[in-house]
Amino acid sequence: MYPRWFYIPAAIVFSVFFLAPTVLSFYFSLTRWTLFDATFIGFDNYERFFADPQLTAGLRNTFIYAVLTSGLKVIIALPLAVLLTSSIRMKALFRGIIFFPVLVSTVAVGITFGALMQPSVGLINTVLGALGLGKPDWLGNPGLALFSVAFVDVWKGIGIAMVIFIAGILSIPLDYFDAAMIEGGTWVKFRHVILPLARNASFTVIILSFIGGLRTFDLIWTMTRGGPGFASDVLTSVIYKQYQAGFYGLSTAGNVILFILVTIIVYPLMRFFNRRELEL
Amino acid sequence: MFRKVLFLLLVLALGASIVSAQDAVSLIYLVDESQNSQDVAKALAEAYMAMHPNVTITIESRPGGTEGDNIVKTRLATGDMADIFFYNSGSLLQALNPTQTLVDLSEQPFIENIVESFLPTVSQNGGIFGVPTGTGMGGGILYNKAVYEELGLSVPTTWEEFAANNEAILAAGIAPVLATFGDTWTSQLFVLADYHNVAQAVPGFAELYTSNQAKYADTPAALAGFAYLQQGYEAGWWQQDFATTRFEPGLALLANGDVAHYPMLTFALSTIAANFPDQINDIGFFAQPGSDSETNGVTVWMPAGTYIPQTTTGAKLDAALGFLGFIASVEGADAQTAAVTPNGPYLVKGASLPDDVLPAVKDLAAYLDAGQSSPALEFVSPIKGPNLEQLCVAVATGQMSAEEAAANYDLDVERQAQQLGLPGWD
Repeated sequence: MYPRWFYIPAAIVFSVFFLAPTVLSFYFSLTRWTLFDATFIGFDNYERFFADPQLTAGLRNTFIYAVLTSGLKVIIALPLAVLLTSSIRMKALFRGIIFFPVLVSTVAVGITFGALMQPSVGLINTVLGALGLGKPDWLGNPGLALFSVAFVDVWKGIGIAMVIFIAGILSIPLDYFDAAMIEGGTWVKFRHVILPLARNASFTVIILSFIGGLRTFDLIWTMTRGGPGFASDVLTSVIYKQYQAGFYGLSTAGNVILFILVTIIVYPLMRFFNRRELEL
Repeated sequence: MFRKVLFLLLVLALGASIVSAQDAVSLIYLVDESQNSQDVAKALAEAYMAMHPNVTITIESRPGGTEGDNIVKTRLATGDMADIFFYNSGSLLQALNPTQTLVDLSEQPFIENIVESFLPTVSQNGGIFGVPTGTGMGGGILYNKAVYEELGLSVPTTWEEFAANNEAILAAGIAPVLATFGDTWTSQLFVLADYHNVAQAVPGFAELYTSNQAKYADTPAALAGFAYLQQGYEAGWWQQDFATTRFEPGLALLANGDVAHYPMLTFALSTIAANFPDQINDIGFFAQPGSDSETNGVTVWMPAGTYIPQTTTGAKLDAALGFLGFIASVEGADAQTAAVTPNGPYLVKGASLPDDVLPAVKDLAAYLDAGQSSPALEFVSPIKGPNLEQLCVAVATGQMSAEEAAANYDLDVERQAQQLGLPGWD
């Protein structure tokens, strides 16, 4: 047990840089705020946010994006992790190649893919065209834009998911694998050893990428700016646009909504997963 | 001995710095990073420094668009603004709360030199806060005259004629209208440049709109701008890749005659002149056609202004006022003309355009000389909804109807009016 004063420095840092801004943002979300002065207007900002057709679209897109990216990351990264923990050759090289996109700046990735996905001269469509396939407008087609960005997000995030799975798989004691190989081979090994015993890793990947998906901003902003129109707007880009427009109170209300949303989705998920962990 | 020398040196150094502080003043001039603004600011600063060797003006750049607006607002709110800065006039200026943040220039002698129609766009509560920097601009249709000649078309004065021209152009295998929705701000011109036609059809629209008595959705003349975007999409007027094409690459298409029309402000001309000097004389300009050819005219954008924040004081303030006086003078306009191709008229009394001005600027000047012009809505009303550009893209890419977009825009405008605390909106 440390003496009380020992906590003071941390408490000061925490209150000044984390607690105070949080409390202040709750207050400012209830005001009409011009940066020069703030008028208290009660819950008007929240009412406006929920009455806005943009927000409803943004909210729907946020969920599609979060579910799609976290789901795909699990589905793709788990088999990759299994493959790259088996005894194939050059697995360090493959691990490196798959992990590489994680290291690149998101903004750079966004700009690069923006160019690759250019509809008539971009590399992706040039290749598709040479193969005699169609040339979709990846970022300009309102029905496709959100999915194109989600695809890039998965490409970029798969390395992290894979590393977490590899760590999970490597922590399983080898005797289980030996037993599984005697019982019935690779499928049994995957279904009855890796899947249940790497469950913690799966939960980590799902929760991390789900939170990441709900909060996603930089990739959307560099690739489509929420466009065309409002087709790929997510909660964060809507918030940012309100801020850009000078609606500071409204934008802060959006941030509070995001905070509450992440909490009410992720907290029960964590509870659920942690309980499963105890049962193991 | 050593101490004495040191003391002497100290006194000398101090004295020298006092003398030089009295003489030399250095100012920082914050300007947005667009090529045009940079060139204008540089031309003005260099000409002024040549006449006043004791003043040094350093140009600092910031991003344009809404991102830049926030930088300006934040720096003003925190008292961290540059000594002088370049910023929009009209509705955007109102959001800076100029009475509280900027130096009032209404008592300055150089205000006399400014064309009266500019003053309301930089005024608030009786104070005047800026001087016109750069030229005014026309909003309308830039067109490729070579395409017009080849197809034997003539400049339209009604929307029907414009639509007919577009059908002829489309039939000839050329894209009729350039859309550069990769830079969303470029999408708004069909709506904004239609304002002269709106003001002719509904006199007093600006006042009614500002006081919450007229809406886009239920004023047919105002709704027309959105309907034009819908028509353009449905008739297939845009060129290939319209959803992601950006402003500058788009200008190449116009200059080379791959598209015939570009709804845009004339400030694009200086970029075309810089990138395609051989084709610039092929580019002409006409006002956005409306329902009535009799009242057709051009919607005019006022130039941006140069302002002094209240944080600039003392010798710097005096130097800054001197520089603003130079900007608002015929010599200031001439210095700009020498360095930057003018995109429209200067708002300084007595300043004239050279004879070899760009053909499209001559087209614009003809409307102004004939008195067929109105200032754009954002200069006669403090409100402009920030989502207009996305709404225009949504209509022009077939995701939203004109009526829906207009209704959404009215909501957007309401939010802006409330934020500004205008009467009649609570």
